[in-house]
Amino acid sequence: MSDEKLLQSRRSALKCMAFGGAGTLFALAGGVFTPIELAVAAADKQSAARLGKPLFVQISDTHIGFNKDANPDVNATLTQSIDLVNGMPEQPALIIHTGDITHLSKAAEFDLAQQMFSRLRTTEMHTVPGEHDTTDATVREYFNRFGKASDNKGYYSFDHAGVHFVALINVLQFKPGGLGTLGTEQLAWVAADLKGRSNSTPIVVFAHMPLWTIYEPWGWGTGDSEQLMSQLRRFGSVTVLNGHIHQIVQKVEGNVTFHTARSTAYPQPTAGTGPGPGPLKVPTDQLPNMLGVTRVSVVKHPRSLALSDTTIA
Amino acid sequence: MTTGRLRSLRNTVGVAMLCWFAACGPTPAESPDQTKIVVKNFMFVPMSLTVKPGSTVTWANMDDEPHTVVSNTGLFRSGAMDTNESFSFKFDKPGTYPFTCSIHPRMVGIIVVQ
Repeated sequence: MSDEKLLQSRRSALKCMAFGGAGTLFALAGGVFTPIELAVAAADKQSAARLGKPLFVQISDTHIGFNKDANPDVNATLTQSIDLVNGMPEQPALIIHTGDITHLSKAAEFDLAQQMFSRLRTTEMHTVPGEHDTTDATVREYFNRFGKASDNKGYYSFDHAGVHFVALINVLQFKPGGLGTLGTEQLAWVAADLKGRSNSTPIVVFAHMPLWTIYEPWGWGTGDSEQLMSQLRRFGSVTVLNGHIHQIVQKVEGNVTFHTARSTAYPQPTAGTGPGPGPLKVPTDQLPNMLGVTRVSVVKHPRSLALSDTTIA
Repeated sequence: MTTGRLRSLRNTVGVAMLCWFAACGPTPAESPDQTKIVVKNFMFVPMSLTVKPGSTVTWANMDDEPHTVVSNTGLFRSGAMDTNESFSFKFDKPGTYPFTCSIHPRMVGIIVVQ
């Protein structure tokens, strides 16, 4: 690429960032993943309309209680994220939180998080815990507040607008030196839950840790996820949403779209950069570009889901 | 009831901590840090530590990220240790005691009591 062309594409990329944060919007149609720049979507109302009605917004890794250099005020950035969601022209039907609600599983952190979530205009929220929410041996603080949907098991399912949602927990049965684990009991439950459902039912699966191996040395994956994927492949539209790694990583495999969300609290390094997956300190003015939420919409023709990521910048 | 039990547990922990400071503050000069494990850069340092029965081992987190110390057999378990927080456990019986960080399970270590 010539310098001039490189400069042009960089200019248009910057224009796009100035227009709609650093977000890119992904429309998924018939298993084909099509990225559409937010600036383009916003300029072209028809293509924005094709993205459909917002079904839910995914919030992840709010880490209430964190106060280190990477972001001394995670409450402020969560507030900004909530304002972002509340300001969407059409409100999503649901909010999904993919875990690490708190930083240290403390009661006061959970209480503050719940108080902040109560500002969301969308009141229906579904959660799964992250490993930061379950550091107390009995997982009492999390289950006392969010355990009802799963009878304190951590996994459950529900339906909304014809979409089947499956919430999974993969942060309880760590094997030393290993990845996250779903476990045989949960996997058997998934099999029973999916049995008898039509292949045309759109499926959304969400859990905290990635349900695909992104980087094994940092535990960015789930050891027994293949036993889950083998149950999902028959469906025409599967969306797998995770958090944990505080950055967007995605892939498409057949009809399955995998996507990890940004955190609202602090970024983490890309896989393998530095000693471990800790908080990444970036210049203060860049931080808002690295925090945000994921919006998921239903596309009617053909019926599938579209994902778009928005930063709080 | 529960509060009372909690309070007494807290007192016990407090007393244990006091004992530890009293016993280990002026530790014999020959090996001052032998019962301390530092948690730094997502590693337990040292990863393997040999102590005499009755020793109290302290793990101190020096990372910006919280860590835990969880025995593989369930014998001991810290809560989340934030930066500069620590956790101690007294090993009475000889044996090998592997442990991990439940937040970052690739972090492993072992205490050998002999």
